[in-house]
Amino acid sequence: MNAVTTRTTCPYCGVGCGVNAVVDNDAVSVAGDTAHPSNLGSLCSKGTALADTVGLQGRLLHPVVDGRRASWGDALDEVAARFGAIIAEHGPDAVAFYVSGQLLTEDYYVANKLMKGYIGSANIDTNSRLCMSSAVAGHKRGFGEDVVPGCYEDLEVADLVVLVGSNTAWCHPVVYQRIVAAQENNPNKKRVVIDPRRTATAEGADLHLPIAPGTDVHLFNGLLAFLAENGFDSDLPGARDAVAEARQMGDLEDVAEACGVDADTLKAFFELFAQTERTVTVFSQGVNQSSAGTAKVNAILNCHLLTERIGKPGACPFSITGQPNAMGGREVGGLSSTLAAHMGFDAAERVQRFWDSPAIADKPGLKAVELFEAIEAGQVKAVWIMATNPLVSLPDADRAKRALEACEFVAVSDCMRHTDTVDRAHVLLPAAAWAEKSGTVTNSERIISRQRDFLPMPGEAKPDWWIVCEVARRMGFGTGFDFDSAAAIFREHAALTVFENNGERVLNLEGLADLSDAEYDTLEPLRWPVYSTEALRAAGAMPARTDSRRLFADGIYPTADGKAHLIAVTPRGPANALSDQWPLALNTGRVRDHWHTMTRTAKSARLSAHIPEPFVEIHPRDAERFGVIDGAIATVSTALGKAHVRTIVSDGQREGTLFVPMHWNDQFAAKARVGALANPAVCPISGEPEFKHTPAAIAPFEAAWHGFILASRPLRLNGEAGIDYWVKVPGERFYRYEIAGLHTPDDWAATARGWIGVGARSADWVEAHDEAAGRYRAAHFDAGHIEACVFIAPEPAALPDRSWLASLFTGEAVDESERAGLLAGRPAEASKDVGPQICSCFGVGRNTIQRAITEDGLDSVAAVGEALDAGTNCGSCKPEIAALIDAHAGE
Amino acid sequence: MSQTTQPKLDLVVIGNGMAGLRTLEEVLEAAPERYNVTVFGAEPHVSYNRIMLSPVLAGDKAFEEIETHGRDWYEDNGITLYTGEAVVDIDRRRRMVISDTGREIGYDRLLLATGSTPFILPVPGHTLDGVISFRDIGDVHRMVEASEKGGKAVVIGGGLLGLEAAYGLHKRGMDVTIVHLMDTLMERQLDPTAADLLQYSLTQRGLSFRMGAKTAAILGDEAGRVTGLRFDDADDSEIDADIVVMAVGIRPNVELAKTAGLHCEKGIVVNDTMQTYDPRIYAVGECVEHRHSVYGLVAPLWDQASVCANHLAYRGHTQYEGSVTATQLKVTGIDVYSAGDFSDAEGTETLTFSDVRRGVYKRIVLRDDRIVGVVLYGDTRDGGWYFKLMREGADVSAFRDLLLFGQAYLPDAKPVDAEAA
Repeated sequence: MNAVTTRTTCPYCGVGCGVNAVVDNDAVSVAGDTAHPSNLGSLCSKGTALADTVGLQGRLLHPVVDGRRASWGDALDEVAARFGAIIAEHGPDAVAFYVSGQLLTEDYYVANKLMKGYIGSANIDTNSRLCMSSAVAGHKRGFGEDVVPGCYEDLEVADLVVLVGSNTAWCHPVVYQRIVAAQENNPNKKRVVIDPRRTATAEGADLHLPIAPGTDVHLFNGLLAFLAENGFDSDLPGARDAVAEARQMGDLEDVAEACGVDADTLKAFFELFAQTERTVTVFSQGVNQSSAGTAKVNAILNCHLLTERIGKPGACPFSITGQPNAMGGREVGGLSSTLAAHMGFDAAERVQRFWDSPAIADKPGLKAVELFEAIEAGQVKAVWIMATNPLVSLPDADRAKRALEACEFVAVSDCMRHTDTVDRAHVLLPAAAWAEKSGTVTNSERIISRQRDFLPMPGEAKPDWWIVCEVARRMGFGTGFDFDSAAAIFREHAALTVFENNGERVLNLEGLADLSDAEYDTLEPLRWPVYSTEALRAAGAMPARTDSRRLFADGIYPTADGKAHLIAVTPRGPANALSDQWPLALNTGRVRDHWHTMTRTAKSARLSAHIPEPFVEIHPRDAERFGVIDGAIATVSTALGKAHVRTIVSDGQREGTLFVPMHWNDQFAAKARVGALANPAVCPISGEPEFKHTPAAIAPFEAAWHGFILASRPLRLNGEAGIDYWVKVPGERFYRYEIAGLHTPDDWAATARGWIGVGARSADWVEAHDEAAGRYRAAHFDAGHIEACVFIAPEPAALPDRSWLASLFTGEAVDESERAGLLAGRPAEASKDVGPQICSCFGVGRNTIQRAITEDGLDSVAAVGEALDAGTNCGSCKPEIAALIDAHAGE
Repeated sequence: MSQTTQPKLDLVVIGNGMAGLRTLEEVLEAAPERYNVTVFGAEPHVSYNRIMLSPVLAGDKAFEEIETHGRDWYEDNGITLYTGEAVVDIDRRRRMVISDTGREIGYDRLLLATGSTPFILPVPGHTLDGVISFRDIGDVHRMVEASEKGGKAVVIGGGLLGLEAAYGLHKRGMDVTIVHLMDTLMERQLDPTAADLLQYSLTQRGLSFRMGAKTAAILGDEAGRVTGLRFDDADDSEIDADIVVMAVGIRPNVELAKTAGLHCEKGIVVNDTMQTYDPRIYAVGECVEHRHSVYGLVAPLWDQASVCANHLAYRGHTQYEGSVTATQLKVTGIDVYSAGDFSDAEGTETLTFSDVRRGVYKRIVLRDDRIVGVVLYGDTRDGGWYFKLMREGADVSAFRDLLLFGQAYLPDAKPVDAEAA
């Protein structure tokens, strides 16, 4: 069989990279699609590792009802009947859908249609509420519609790129690499990073403003006032008020003090901004996830509107989304605060007419946080969750857990058999996964790309749109859901964007409303608005498109008065202030190589290797003040919950703040769901939660012992005697568990055997014990190959590096010399030890890079790449390589 | 040098064994012109390496391979050698030794290296024909001869020597049972875990054991030949035996010294320069008691020889302060190494390693981060290294976590080869 290449789209962040998936017999490999305009062939570490994630381990492959395997018919009947009964008794607002930016546009469309047009409630909200809704609300207030006016090319053309609340280097690596590459070609191009943390993005930036958490409005109001002082003026609606409000900030010194930054640096930024016509301001979750999120967005938009830097090459405000199809979801209207196709509830009658539906939602529904509160309160009695894991990702996640536990009926569509959320469902519906799904997604620069299936759907898995349509049919709504393909749904979605549009809505897919199935299948990536099929066809092939790269260049906006609006925004602090009890501001976010709740990325050993454990980053002075030590475990707590995580002491973390990543959950750690700690304060306009600021405390986790287990099979350590801290790290042919306990077991051998499940005295078990020193090490072999090993020590630093041990889990027999020294934790020869992984793409370890730097005298990232390949694929690890060069060059 | 102009003194060495000859070698090297040397050996052979008797018994080595000094060595060094001639008296007043042939030789310095005698359990039947000790090449010849007829051998004593004898006889085709008073083998050198591994391994090789068994009597026929053994147990059980090898310990040979009026306890008591109560008379080896210790191993003997030779050569003082001993069992394919004190005494900390499938067990006992004892079973590569660290009293805290795995895991460690003991 020959290799078959399928052009599809990456399922991770909102950059929306084109991916060529190659299936050669059973082997899957991926490469960047050089023909895709968003990535031009590049992929980041996560995208590069996609082939690692398509395996079936852990997949949900058949429907489950009340814990038992069920037929599709029974499972769908159950969902339809339970929803139907609750609606009949309590009305449409007693049910809800909670969906996801991971759904394809077609899935999203039918879910939205079912809830808003057939059930007749707007209780469909999405995890996009958690990341993008402030941008949506800000865009609507400023522009009249949720529209990103620019494209990635603008980031290259710009002379100044301002990155606000965005660790682009880790969260949108391909876009970041495009910026860095452009900067290499344009020595005058400047990069400014505004972020309380000195992230990987801030490394190498021309300016870094480590502002105090929540002071973005202070900063951009200060900038607006500065711009007004320096000759910028506007007669746009709201401009006068916005500037007047901004002037309340006082002079530059006052702004610097309010933001907690150096006044000279601030001045340099203001001047740079004022002087640079081609300026793009990129913003992301650091702006959006705030109780003042919408105000922050408008504070940024105000500066661009005042300086008329919108719709021009290299000049625009640029919201970069977190999810692969947050934009598609926004386009179909899959938020409880919008109706459909960028129309609000004032268009209810029109949308109902288009749908010819029995009902229509005429008012906004519950937003994510409110929705789970309503579930807990019993107002919402049935919920259907699709493709998301709210028990991990919502703020006050333990409350969400209680809500689901109390909920009368919970249905979950997912591709995984176990997630924190799936484990609480009454009905499980097996959804097709990325490699098996077909449809469209829209990325952060409005490019619609096809996601194409290249693997058969396993077991009984089905596309999400099919599941929704089947439930709708069983609820008696057959006519509205009589779709036989994703293409048919897409055509209807496109038609709705055109329906009675009359130029009022920028979102217009006129040119796509009557695509044939074949045209849909071969659709090239293209950017909306798409006005005419005729024009596309005239150009011969689909890639031809009207120049939709930049919008609003004509100054005409989809508002009532046709103008953009500046919004006067008043700076204020986070919803919950710090106190003596909770003296630190807890911030949450992503790491480079994990995604969301790890259901996909944790299938990849190389992705799991970059940052294996959940951690808290803390400033050295705070660490000293609260007695926590680098490398040890700390307990981070808030009024809502606790997490046990590894401590990283770093002066890149702003004093008075903590950072804990959002990914880890009960499937991968004993207690590291940071969602359970985050306060559910929300932006009053967007409803987006304030993940970036929860008052918190930190204390040492007083472990009596620390250790790790490497095992060829997954272990069940939940509630295992003696283990108070554990983190599961999937590896290549092994699972790694970092563990710790508050009390020392009486009998280490029996305890360790219990963890690994080795009862027989005759088992091939090797152990080394130094009781007085608190050191225990053991390994279990079967037929010569290693099954598991356990290392225990009183201090984390006293444990050996995991990488060499991990390399023994090959499935082959361990040779005798390695066996003899295995419990030493390292090979007899030091040069065999490569150290922890830095470059995920090529699997290059820290020690290897360090040796190349010191022994071969390499002094640049390029030279390291030349010698070791490290950093030459996705480039995500370049900042770390640079840091190693800084630390070791010349040694 | 004044040395060369002085008249030579007379040095007489009683005992042609390893301790005496090692001392002599060192004296000759340090002060070749100082002494006229005379050596008496009670055995008829020239000197051989006694610790290699076990491999000879097992057939792994021939006697010629373990000879250490041929007659030409004595001639080349101008030494007068009397073999098969035992000294029976020392006339300290006249400074003369008298041999069993009546020969009298005068001395200025006398070195006693009379060694030890195997201890024979005084049970009924201990003089029967076929009751053999394991001490010299004569004993080896007797065992080899007996084994040629096959049959059953009983070895009394599960210590180092007993096990080596048992293994040798087993290799020579005999059906061997080891009878040991204690519940574990080599209890002075091994902890129970290592002893169990050793017993298991020897059982796998075909040896039988009667542990915790006290011998009541050795049984014989009318011709005075050994036929079996009776135990001192509830039912007076018996086993058959064609030979009985006694390997229950040694006794220092002190009779000659005692007769000469030298102070003896268990052994001939010496001071830190290896002198007896008569300062002209030195003593080294297994016949010696130093600071209440008697040694049956070769390493202390080398230490003693070195101090003694130094003194005899007028090279100034070095002092013997006692030895830390290490033991290795010489049974092909079974590696056992033991040194120091490995009991779980107050203030000690124990490190253990075990690999059941490979049959490897290690136990290192520390006191104040210094090695005081080590037992190695199955993998003795690092025995010499541990022994060196132990003798030097080296602080191991810096690499304590890697200690069990050996010097190959230490950065910059200079390899230390295991020493024979």
